[in-house]
Amino acid sequence: MGISKRNIPVLLLIALVVIVQLITAGTDTSFYLTQLTMTAYYSLVIIGLCLLMGYAGQLSLGHAGFFAIGGYVSAALTTHNLIGLRHNQLIELLNKTGLLSMGQDIYGEKILTVIPWAACLAAILVTIIIAFAIGKPVLKLKGHYLAMATLGFGIIIFRFAMATEYFGEADGISGVPPFHLLPGLTVSGDFGARISNYYIAWGLVLLGMILSLNLVNSRVGRALRAIHGSEEAAAAMGINASRFKLYTFVISAVFAALAGVMLTHYNGGIGPSEASVMKSVRYVAIIAIGGMSSLWGALCMGVILNFMSLRGMFGSYDGAVFGAILVAMMLFAPDGILRLPLLKKLWRKNGPARN
Amino acid sequence: MSLQLFTQYLFSGITYGILYAIVAIGFNIIYNTTGIINFAQGEFVMLGGMCAISLHEYMPLPAAILLAVIITGIIGGLIEIIFIRWLDSPSVLRMIIITIGLSILIREAALFVWGESVRSLPYFNGDAVTSVQIFGANISPQVLWVIGVCSVIVVGLSLFFQFTYAGREMRACAANRTAATLCGINTRSKITWSFMLSAGIGAVAGCVMSPITYTQYDIGPGLAIKGFTVVILGGLGNSMAAVAAGLLLGIVESFSIIVVPMAYQEVISIAILLIVLFVRPHGLFGSSETACLQDF
Repeated sequence: MGISKRNIPVLLLIALVVIVQLITAGTDTSFYLTQLTMTAYYSLVIIGLCLLMGYAGQLSLGHAGFFAIGGYVSAALTTHNLIGLRHNQLIELLNKTGLLSMGQDIYGEKILTVIPWAACLAAILVTIIIAFAIGKPVLKLKGHYLAMATLGFGIIIFRFAMATEYFGEADGISGVPPFHLLPGLTVSGDFGARISNYYIAWGLVLLGMILSLNLVNSRVGRALRAIHGSEEAAAAMGINASRFKLYTFVISAVFAALAGVMLTHYNGGIGPSEASVMKSVRYVAIIAIGGMSSLWGALCMGVILNFMSLRGMFGSYDGAVFGAILVAMMLFAPDGILRLPLLKKLWRKNGPARN
Repeated sequence: MSLQLFTQYLFSGITYGILYAIVAIGFNIIYNTTGIINFAQGEFVMLGGMCAISLHEYMPLPAAILLAVIITGIIGGLIEIIFIRWLDSPSVLRMIIITIGLSILIREAALFVWGESVRSLPYFNGDAVTSVQIFGANISPQVLWVIGVCSVIVVGLSLFFQFTYAGREMRACAANRTAATLCGINTRSKITWSFMLSAGIGAVAGCVMSPITYTQYDIGPGLAIKGFTVVILGGLGNSMAAVAAGLLLGIVESFSIIVVPMAYQEVISIAILLIVLFVRPHGLFGSSETACLQDF
């Protein structure tokens, strides 16, 4: 595989990730890495949502819900003490297969919890099941109905997180243990693990990006774009529109859930605000700015805006900034900031052709 | 369940139900003239309540409410003029995102002006403990105010759309905008009026409900999604069915307390929304044939 034209942006991204790390190391500003790591995880959600919105053309106002499902399932499984259920057959079986780990809490009490790997897989599995169950009926809807249904789904998840004791109600879940990915690689908020975490996060983004780019440029991607253009026409060409839409929905939900799992282990906890409608709207806002059907645009805008927001640059106007961005973008540049008339000419010359 | 408890739940259901119905009618008025679902509908209710509360410090209650309704109506009209009027046949997705963005902006502005505190208007008659006995249940006079005022709005609107010239012009707009324009109706101004009307009645509801439900900067989205549930239950664009659907949702929600904890109450109504969307997207009272012809 030579360096084809398509790989250049990916290589540039790798270079940029490394350069940024080296700069922060050189200028003693490695505290930026914390926000950059979190930004990376949020960007993963955005990449997934961009596949759904930009390529399959389906709006989702409930993606924070999937992020929260991932984070909450993983957090709950790795923190809730199963020692009381030790003699339960299922728990015994799990223990024997090595899916549980025995540890001690700060008071020296024995705690028995699910190991993060198993919890992560469980979280992804739960997400896939829910995404299939929700996606099948929801994706039959269009326009306003689709928007409201996904919004409703997001609110239900938020309310569940807020009202269920198992998920810590309004406080959320804290004390989530580190996630030992591989020997020597641990997802945790540990001070010393900052640099390795930065690379884990961006490695995942890169992986997600490469997967998505391949998907978009494959037969599936062309089918999705056909669906975006006109579902009826796509169906007439023999494309099973509802199946492609459903698979894309599930894939994007898994992206969001994986980001949720990782960020929860990185932060050591998760709260109900991660499931709020405002978060979902933010993801949509970022994709709108990125130009709807542009993975790179969405990634760039996601990184810039999330980083600024996490650094607290918008202060208490955080929500207002995203609201204003949404309105302004949709009024003046519905095709994204990179396709403003001024940039359009330049973009058309060496960018991907617009469908 | 005793009759007393039943009546208590029933009235609480009717009170909320009629509020949802008003929000739903607001959705329908705008949808009918423009084909847009205005996601900022709940914010009009909040604005109405908040303006009235602030104005009440300087003037008597009726004047404060009247002024608040007018202000909210003007804001509704301005939103249409500034953000929507000049768009050339925008896509549904674009309109959804714009109105969501507007709802965020209104909410953030309200947070900036009024802060996070929970406020309320005083009770119109008596105070929080005054009550009227109906079948042994204690009903606050404010509940009667809500039911009365909202009924007047509903009847008034249906008369307005049936018998007045402006109302008929607006219905003509809804039926076929091109044909209405050809008949010499100024469709642009009718759309602005529909936004003002929709914002205005939302504000009225926000004022009469304020003593019971309280007003906070972020009540909008919850109301909007319930209002939308009612819209779907009744069938998009059908205002009279929305009243029935609103009462139904309110009563179901209030009786659901018997079965599920309070914290899950919102889940109930959204679950209803999802089920109706999946099973009968044309609403309980609509026919599936006309729904096929409608463009969502």
